[in-house]
Amino acid sequence: MDVLSDMLVMLLVLTNLRLLSSSRIGACIHTVAIQGVLLGAIALAVSPATLSIKLVALTLATVAVKAVLLPWLLRRAVRGAGVSREVEPIVGFTASTIVGALLLGLCFLISRPLQASAPAGIGKTLIPGAMFTTLSGLFLIVSRRKALTQVLGYLTMENGVYVFGASLAVREPLLVELGILLDVFVGVFVMGIVIYQINREFDHIDTDRLSVLKD
Amino acid sequence: MTTIVSILHVILALAMSPLLIGVINRVKAGFAGRQGQPLFQPYFDLAKLLRKGAVYSRTTTWIFRAAPVVGLAGAMVAVVLVPLGGLPGLLAFPGDLVVLAYVLGTTRFMTVLAALDTGSAFEGMGASREVQFSLLAEPVLLLSLAALGVCTRSLALSDIYAGLFAGGAGGVAATAAMVAAALLLVLLAENARIPVDDPNTHLELTMIHEVMVLDHGGVDLACIQYGAGVKLWVFSALLVGAAAPCRTGVAFADLALGVGGVFAVAVVVGVVESCMARLRLVRVPQMLVVGGVLAIAALLWALR
Amino acid sequence: MLWAVVGIPAAVGLTVLAPPLRRARPALLLLGALAHAVVVASVCLRPPAYESEAWIALDAPGRLFLAVTSLLFLVAATYAVGYLRTEQGRTTRDAEEGFLFRNEPEGVFAGCLLLFLAAMSLVCVSQHLGLLWVAVEATTLVSAPLISYHRHHRSLEATWKYLLICSVGIALALLGVFFLAAAGRGQTHGLTLHSLLASARGMDAAWLKAAFILLLVGYGTKMGLAPMHTWLPDAHSEAPSLVSALLSGALLNCALLALLRGHSVLAAAGLGGFSGQLLVVLGLLSMGAAAVFMIRQGDYKRLLAYSSIEHMGVVALGVGLGGLAVPGAMLHAVNHSIIKGLLFLAAGNLLATYHTKTIRNVRGVLRNTPVTGALWLAGFLAITGSPPFGLFQSELTILKGAMDGGHWAASVLYLLALGVVFVAMARLVLPMAFGEPASLAAGETTPRPREPAWAILPPLGLAMLALALGLFVPQSLWDVLSQAAAAIGAH
Repeated sequence: MDVLSDMLVMLLVLTNLRLLSSSRIGACIHTVAIQGVLLGAIALAVSPATLSIKLVALTLATVAVKAVLLPWLLRRAVRGAGVSREVEPIVGFTASTIVGALLLGLCFLISRPLQASAPAGIGKTLIPGAMFTTLSGLFLIVSRRKALTQVLGYLTMENGVYVFGASLAVREPLLVELGILLDVFVGVFVMGIVIYQINREFDHIDTDRLSVLKD
Repeated sequence: MTTIVSILHVILALAMSPLLIGVINRVKAGFAGRQGQPLFQPYFDLAKLLRKGAVYSRTTTWIFRAAPVVGLAGAMVAVVLVPLGGLPGLLAFPGDLVVLAYVLGTTRFMTVLAALDTGSAFEGMGASREVQFSLLAEPVLLLSLAALGVCTRSLALSDIYAGLFAGGAGGVAATAAMVAAALLLVLLAENARIPVDDPNTHLELTMIHEVMVLDHGGVDLACIQYGAGVKLWVFSALLVGAAAPCRTGVAFADLALGVGGVFAVAVVVGVVESCMARLRLVRVPQMLVVGGVLAIAALLWALR
Repeated sequence: MLWAVVGIPAAVGLTVLAPPLRRARPALLLLGALAHAVVVASVCLRPPAYESEAWIALDAPGRLFLAVTSLLFLVAATYAVGYLRTEQGRTTRDAEEGFLFRNEPEGVFAGCLLLFLAAMSLVCVSQHLGLLWVAVEATTLVSAPLISYHRHHRSLEATWKYLLICSVGIALALLGVFFLAAAGRGQTHGLTLHSLLASARGMDAAWLKAAFILLLVGYGTKMGLAPMHTWLPDAHSEAPSLVSALLSGALLNCALLALLRGHSVLAAAGLGGFSGQLLVVLGLLSMGAAAVFMIRQGDYKRLLAYSSIEHMGVVALGVGLGGLAVPGAMLHAVNHSIIKGLLFLAAGNLLATYHTKTIRNVRGVLRNTPVTGALWLAGFLAITGSPPFGLFQSELTILKGAMDGGHWAASVLYLLALGVVFVAMARLVLPMAFGEPASLAAGETTPRPREPAWAILPPLGLAMLALALGLFVPQSLWDVLSQAAAAIGAH
């Protein structure tokens, strides 16, 4: 089981690198959808002993929202905004990939002290992998201009947090898990609406050009 | 016993490496719906070239004549060093992975010098590109091998590859997978295959490797083409060792598996060439950076 | 009973969102607010028995903030009824740039207001940190449509920043919550506050510290602590004034409450010094940053927004210092909510009269609109901590707590920042109140603008309350404050 989760975390890390190095928003949405599937697989792989109906149902719901519903919403938004590429990001794609490598190193470094007292039974790569997913989402948000890519970054962040929750075997009540999922879904939905309005009002979705309000 | 099989490996590699090129060409032809050239066409080409004489430009010096021979010699040394899966290389000592990288670097250095020696603008351009890309590809190779070395706690290529899956796929699977991906990118870049360079291109402006050898002919060109085949074998062997987790412990079986793996790599290269278009030149460094990041990730995974 | 605190506004809010109820909307909004206030009053006066493992329960800090939220919402809802009547259903000319825009549908606005109340109430009563997170994120999502009520480019910009920055921050807070869950050295424990506090002693310090840092960054973003405050001035200045009042007076408190939960766990684990220090640093930083930005501020709603950052800094400082400063900080949060509500509603009146948010263009408020002018002036005195008002007492209590604890450097910086803020605000606000009205100076005879009762009575009520709290803090309130301080883990 350890090998399986290790491989899954590796694939998760690779999806993040793909997000950091890709300019096409369509490809990024696709990658985030793959991440959604990986999340479900990781959640099931790390706790084989406690495979309950509740866990399976929850995982299915997560995969349905993160790998199907949200990508579908985002694809609609892409068509609506008529933007398919992240042209000229604030940090270039090659540079972003290199930053990704640095972040990965950082994650391995800072997860050392946490690893020492981590709950037993989780692999050595889960914590840095989850942390890296969170950080690359954060980096996507600050290094890209298009509102849509930033939403993708937010989703990636949430995915990283979810991996943490799943891997640390947090026994959340079902209601709370569903609440978290609902919040993420509604969050992306509301962001989609705002992007639609921004696109209608400004004819672009470059967030760095939203700069009227400042001191 | 193992030594005999290792010698056998070197002999097989030297004998069969042109066949790798033939396999790639046949796969590409198959994808394109053509019959394609005979599998042994590279051998026929080599035979034809060996019968021809060469014309040397008056601007060239001895460097131009030496380069093909040095290139071939380097590739042959590399083949002696490289292990094939669980089968150790003929020559193995701690640190030979650095020697391998430097031997390959020397051959490239000579090719570049020869290209500059012709004084042609096109060849200079090709040389510049070759150096630029290998600048990025070489660290990827070394980082990948370092990651494997950390996994197996050894510095000799043969020990690294022999020990890689010795304890089962458990701890090293993720590292090996990422290294394999990085090595595939290096292989494509170093052997002038398609997403980086098009071996069949006829436009000097877009060439990298081919443009450097435009002025060579006859026996020199045969050396270069044969050397390229051997180099492809070397990289394929490195890749197979990381990608295929099969270690039988029986030397002959390892040899058979390894040779099969090398030809499988040739098929994969053929498929990649058929499915992908050549990258724009500015995108090539990005691809190699991705390879580098993969190698770094593999190293981190091994170090965790 | 406690579920009703969340359920009533949620149900009414969803009803209002349904389209056919056009005429009944203001009444329903008011009804929802009133019902909520009644239920809150009854649960606050006769609290239900505290069940330790329940997800929903009312402890002292929750009671305090729930009461403030409910009260402020009732006032804002009263204001909203009149506000919606004047704003709705017509194309409006933008005050700053002169283009035309339409407002959001009234149903969406009223419905989201009530859902906002429901989410904030849930924050106050959740005892389960996961549920608490869900509630805090929900406040962000339902308040985003409130900020973009005026549909034009500036409000969209503010909404986008608010949504993205707060969502990202809150995502980090969720990570912090998970860290808390994982801190048990292999012992699994629930995420209810009670079980966290009970097992805090045995938890791993590295995980707890990392968890608190994440919570601080996450909920601190929502609370407007510098340097994560950048969304706050934009959102507060572009939202309708009654929404700004709620954001500043109620929402920031909710984020504060969420942060206090984390602080209490660390205090129970014996790491209160670590989290306290971080709170002190961020508190002072927020005060300093706010003071700097207030000095040359040109927009009076942004001025108020920065003042909110400053006061959240004061509260964080008080909580971090510990001792007597903690009940002082609680009192400060209550006072700040009331006074900031008053100020934002008064600012709404100014905006309605002058059609501008630029301080330079607003002069002679006292002469033009005497009641709003008086409220504005009183609000200014109150918010800067002048004696007859409640903030004076709470700021003094925090100072006393700081001195008792021997935190001299913090005390000096605290006083310095308060002084700078007072001077900065006085320089900007006093000319607004006393100066010559521009129209009168030009010799025109314009009729004095009307001040409708709906626009005056709500802030007036808040002003009275602020004054009352300054003159006399009832013993029962002190009890709740000190219970709250004890629950947070004043050391």
